[in-house]
Amino acid sequence: MSGLAADARRLLARAVNLRLLQVVAEPVLAFVFALIVGGIGIALFSAYVPGHAAFDVGLPIAAYGSLISGFASPNGITSTLVYATPLVLAGLGVAIGFRGGLFNIGGRGQFLIGTVGAMAVVTWIGKDAGPWITIPLALLVGASLGGFAGFIPGFLKATSGAHEVVTTIMLNYVLLFVMAWAVIGPLALPGAPQPITADVSTRNGDLPIILGRDGHLGLLIALAAVPIMWFLLFRTTIGFEIRAAGANPDAARYGGMKTRRLIVLTMTLAGFMCGLAGATTLLGVVHEMTPGYDTTIGFDAITVALLGRSNPIGVALAALLLGAMRAGAQTMQIQAGVPPELVDALQAIILLFLVVNVLRRLMARRKRRPGKGEPAAAAAVPVAGVGIE
Amino acid sequence: MNAIPEALNALPLIGILFQFLGYVAANVTFMSQTTVAVAVPVALAALCGAVCERSGVVNIGLEGIMLTAAFVGWLAGVFAVGMLGHGDPLPVFGITPPLLIGLAAAIGIGMLVSLLHAWLSISARVDQIIGGTIINIGAVGITGYLYSLVANQSLNGAGSFKALAVPKEVADFPLIGWLLNAVLAQGPIGILTIFLVIFLQIMLFRSRWGLRTRAAGEHPRAAETVGIDVIRLRYFNVVMAGALAALAGAWLSMEHGNRFDANMTAGRGFIGLAAMIVGRWTPLGAFGAALLFASATALSASLTISPPSGDLGNLTNQVPGEFWEALPYIITIVVLAGLIGRSIAPAADGVPYERESAT
Repeated sequence: MSGLAADARRLLARAVNLRLLQVVAEPVLAFVFALIVGGIGIALFSAYVPGHAAFDVGLPIAAYGSLISGFASPNGITSTLVYATPLVLAGLGVAIGFRGGLFNIGGRGQFLIGTVGAMAVVTWIGKDAGPWITIPLALLVGASLGGFAGFIPGFLKATSGAHEVVTTIMLNYVLLFVMAWAVIGPLALPGAPQPITADVSTRNGDLPIILGRDGHLGLLIALAAVPIMWFLLFRTTIGFEIRAAGANPDAARYGGMKTRRLIVLTMTLAGFMCGLAGATTLLGVVHEMTPGYDTTIGFDAITVALLGRSNPIGVALAALLLGAMRAGAQTMQIQAGVPPELVDALQAIILLFLVVNVLRRLMARRKRRPGKGEPAAAAAVPVAGVGIE
Repeated sequence: MNAIPEALNALPLIGILFQFLGYVAANVTFMSQTTVAVAVPVALAALCGAVCERSGVVNIGLEGIMLTAAFVGWLAGVFAVGMLGHGDPLPVFGITPPLLIGLAAAIGIGMLVSLLHAWLSISARVDQIIGGTIINIGAVGITGYLYSLVANQSLNGAGSFKALAVPKEVADFPLIGWLLNAVLAQGPIGILTIFLVIFLQIMLFRSRWGLRTRAAGEHPRAAETVGIDVIRLRYFNVVMAGALAALAGAWLSMEHGNRFDANMTAGRGFIGLAAMIVGRWTPLGAFGAALLFASATALSASLTISPPSGDLGNLTNQVPGEFWEALPYIITIVVLAGLIGRSIAPAADGVPYERESAT
């Protein structure tokens, strides 16, 4: 009896160890560790925040308190969702890349070309076509241009082996200049003193507000994208092939899958999602563009995908977390005087703790000490596809 | 006899080419100075990348290392001025004690951040792209955070290194005077860069360290069997390369300008990586690519300041300025795709090395 119970307990413990620990506990712990380290950092430099003494331990508490109060209000929640929307979409774009063994670092360029595509549709047909045609077409064209920006590195990787990390970084800058050129040239509002595009709301292009002060229709698009991407990845043949090619490209090729085609497909889908993020952000939030328009979504999406372990549901949760931090950052700056760049710093620290698997390292060390110990491989960190559970 | 010039006239392309050459020759002084100046941080970043990747570690975090070094160098200069005052500048390069302290701090922090990247990629065996990305995000966040804390106090920086005053006899030297002037009329980091390019080119291909580095980057296991400590070598290379990226950062905040701006590297580290690829992972090639990229920027600036006339002017008017700025990145993609001159990375580039356990 007792033996059976002990067996069951051990089995359960192992299952909990492996699944829950990796999937949930590690990101949560990484987040908590990052808050602690970030708090120490805030306290270290508190003398530079107006009205605070050096090494003021109260400042991190005040900062985190105002950060929470910043998003824990009706407006704050809407704002969190609005911040999270492009993070979900672009995060899914990076996550599908990770699943397919590809590192899509080109979210920035794909996002920007997505805004250009949406802006072009709104500028050229918005006035005559009315919102029912303009908005879906703008979203589709924006997302497709993003998809094309993903297709290029995918195609180059499949045909010549050019590493997608380098080509997507280079494309980011090319697309940044393409965007600036488009805003100064073909998309410029005639007669404006400075180069700027039209405001999409003057041309039937703004997404309707469905929630609170600024919760636009893009929220629903992001909400729908999560189950669709989950279904695509885990319940379709294509999704299986993408994951198989990511897990072991040689095995996938021997299994008869066309891995080159899968690379192109994965990158195109990844770019499509990031382009969609750009199009919804333009139509739902920013509404107009200047040549200096830029986004941090490329890096944020990598954070979200890693934190969400490249699982669509995890991506959504991670996007909400980061969205809440971004939504609260303004309040934190106003109330506690702590600059909003703290969120970027925290993001890096979270990722640092996450990728070095602090918890697993500590546990492996404790296990090793009694003598028998785990083989070294148990403590080793997965190298490729870090974003995958 | 007159057939050849007539044929040339019949081809507008060749005519425009000659107009272009004439335009370049007329503006060569301006363009060569801009080119060398723009190329310095790119070349240093490319050298950093080459030293890392030749030993088998991909370092896309060098953009973040540059940014951190630019910030810390500037900030250390501010503190040093507060404690020591500006001091009398030396006649050469306008060197003052606070500037030297700033430069030392920049190099120190650059090597420290590089050590983090080395630990992540060599010991922790984290995916090196992700490690570099974390460093880039962290550098933007932490320098941005600290800069906005100190930015509202009016700070007195250490100023900047001065360019070498090239003697008139050298600058007016027939035929190559303009070139000597362009190369020499720079601050200490700029001149050091040219020495470093030559030094590293020789070291990488003619020294014991270079041979070992290349072995570790191509086939680490084979290197280990002949007694090379691959892990120690990679640590050494990545940390030393951090000093190179730090010099690029210091150049931004202490030689090219005299202040720090949030996110002031603006992708120069990534262009450095591009130059390294186009230059096929060799210091000289990377420097050449950096010069090529910089000349596109210089040409763009020159076309805006003094636009050419005639057919050439009509042509360049139709090319948007953004095209010239995007050109380095387009060239890199084309080279990577193998359309023009294939560029191949070291075989073990980015692959963490796991030592065979002695049993």
